[in-house]
Amino acid sequence: MGSGIVLRTWILGIKSLLLHPLRSLLTVLGIFIGVASVVWLLAIGEGISKKAQEQIEGLGADNIIVRSIKPPNEATVGIRGPVPYGLTRADYDRLVETIPTIERALPVREIRRQFKYGDHLVDGRLVGCTPDYAQVTQLSVYSGHFISEPELKSKAPVCVLSHEVARRLFPYEDPLGRTINVEEQKYLVVGVLEPKNPTAGIGGSLAAQDFADDVYIPITTLWALIGDSVFTRRSGSFEGEIVELSQLTLRVKELDRVLETADLVKATLAAHHRQQDTGVVVPLELLEQARTTRLMFILFMGLIAAISLLVGGIGIMNIMLATVTERTREIGIRRALGAKRSDITRQFLVETIVLSVVGGATGVLGGLICRPAVALLRWTLERTAPGAVENLPEVIRTVEPIIVGWSIPLAFGISVGVGVVFGLYPAMRAAAMDPIEALRHE
Amino acid sequence: MQLAARIQDLKKEYHLSGEVVRALRGVSLDVPEGDYVAIMGPSGSGKSTLLNLLGCLDRPTGGSYYLGPDDVARMSDDRLSEIRASRIGFVFQSYNLIQQLTVLENIEVPLYYQGRIDSRAQQRCRELAQLVGLGDRLRHRPAQLSGGQQQRAAIARSLVNDPRFILADEPTGNLDSVTTGEILALLDRLNRDFKTIIMVTHEDEVARHARRIVRLRDGLLQSDERMREV
Ligand SMILES: Nc1ncnc2c1ncn2[C@@H]1O[C@H](COP(=O)(O)OP(=O)(O)OP(=O)(O)O)[C@@H](O)[C@H]1O
Ligand SMILES: [Mg+2]
Repeated sequence: MGSGIVLRTWILGIKSLLLHPLRSLLTVLGIFIGVASVVWLLAIGEGISKKAQEQIEGLGADNIIVRSIKPPNEATVGIRGPVPYGLTRADYDRLVETIPTIERALPVREIRRQFKYGDHLVDGRLVGCTPDYAQVTQLSVYSGHFISEPELKSKAPVCVLSHEVARRLFPYEDPLGRTINVEEQKYLVVGVLEPKNPTAGIGGSLAAQDFADDVYIPITTLWALIGDSVFTRRSGSFEGEIVELSQLTLRVKELDRVLETADLVKATLAAHHRQQDTGVVVPLELLEQARTTRLMFILFMGLIAAISLLVGGIGIMNIMLATVTERTREIGIRRALGAKRSDITRQFLVETIVLSVVGGATGVLGGLICRPAVALLRWTLERTAPGAVENLPEVIRTVEPIIVGWSIPLAFGISVGVGVVFGLYPAMRAAAMDPIEALRHE
Repeated sequence: MQLAARIQDLKKEYHLSGEVVRALRGVSLDVPEGDYVAIMGPSGSGKSTLLNLLGCLDRPTGGSYYLGPDDVARMSDDRLSEIRASRIGFVFQSYNLIQQLTVLENIEVPLYYQGRIDSRAQQRCRELAQLVGLGDRLRHRPAQLSGGQQQRAAIARSLVNDPRFILADEPTGNLDSVTTGEILALLDRLNRDFKTIIMVTHEDEVARHARRIVRLRDGLLQSDERMREV
């Protein structure tokens, strides 16, 4: 077959489709939506899982995090006053001394407090920690310095402010060298941090760590000035807790020993805690879970997209069946003039391929504008219904779609495949018609 | 004398829900090259059935049909298509032009299935349109033409593959007497140029243009009367 004939077959197909422009457009729309949704869903899924992965990586893959957890109330029923719970300094010593794969351990004690400077008040977290804390949790200093070793040793009443706290307490001044009030105590500001993204929420045992309203002081200072028993005024009544350590971040020497170390940590803690008042979080495990979740996500999104492509394919089949019936007479004429069955099949298949290629190509374009489209959508929503946006889960509010490279050839290929598969039956039905019957058709 | 077609004891039966319709019950006919045959007979006598078999649109259920040296009864569907594309030109009562194509494109259709559309072939299509008097209507669509003009376009189309045979089923059935005259004049001229024509008709006026009249009755040959030698 000469190239002229091939070209003519395509031109003929396009001409026939243009005879019913609206019908063809609607069919193309079905494929367009299918293909665009493949690209979109995968891009959004990728954006979400990438974000989750970054947050987990923010915890540090070679860390093991142990947190104190307040045991359920039933455990303390009948006992007056607060009961001590959680990690102890003894736990700290035990872990560091008995597990050789632990390089170092960072004790942290956190308390909810109100910070005051002049008329400015900020509610936040007072974090007692060691100088290493900045490096391990990837905090960077904006001005001044983080808590130093001498300050830790001397239990100095100094503090380092997070960027947000500094901005709110000192809107017009440089905080360095000023003194802030926390309840009865006074702390000298020696450093201000850069802003930091929150890390992942870690299931039941750990809330997402925000870092925005933190104030850091040497943990020795906290023990000396405040102690383990902390009372907080809450809606008229006092609430007390007796906790030695809120968190221990254990750094493991080698990445591939993280998991066995975590098992040892769990066993050591279980031996000395009768109630469930500690929780162990292993970011490395979370990272692996996140990878599995991502795969599931891709499969799920792929399934939804496949269904929409299937619907598009059924649309094509429907239209082509109608077209074949309508053009029975034409088929009869062509057969009488020498068309083989395969010529008729090809003629109709070309039409479905044109439909699905146009749908696929525009669908890919529609998929590529995913990022700006999501941004525009978010912008419009924020303008028109700010309340509704605030109620959305954080991942959805902030997701940045990331177009997955292979999704584009995949979506395009599937759409063309769907066109061929769903076009084949109508085309073969056209070809199977008896020429004489077809010629008689009105 | 060279034979264009030879049919022997040709039979065609249709099976309709247990009932057998015997449309042709054994017809034999020799058609020499350059003949002009009119097939006549009452409605339902099997004229169209015979013409469809001659045109390789269908296979007989009995007997044989030699188109040249080959028995059509034993050919594959694809081979029948090839024969239709290369050796047979059809003219129908209801013209059967493809509505969305122009006159020129309609004339080109058979070439398309022979796989040879080049500029020479296209030139030939223009000449054929000229021949049937549609030289100034090349870009018109069938709906913009009169019945006579459509039938002339159909005749041009039947000629484009330079067929041995022109088969016409009541080609003037939908036309008035003046237009009928024009179409018959065209067919006469083709026959003078040594085309073999087989035409089904009800009208004696029309049949008189042929060299030979074959009458069918109930699927059998009733008479075969030659008026002019080839
Ligand atoms: N596809 C078919 N299925 C069943 N019976 C058929 C079929 N085609 C034709 N017949 C029958 O075969 C017989 C011959 O039909 P045919 O069309 O050849 O008649 P005809 O001579 O062309 O008639 P007319 O002058 O009305 O066109 C009729 O009885 C018809 O009913
Ligand atoms: Mg008939």
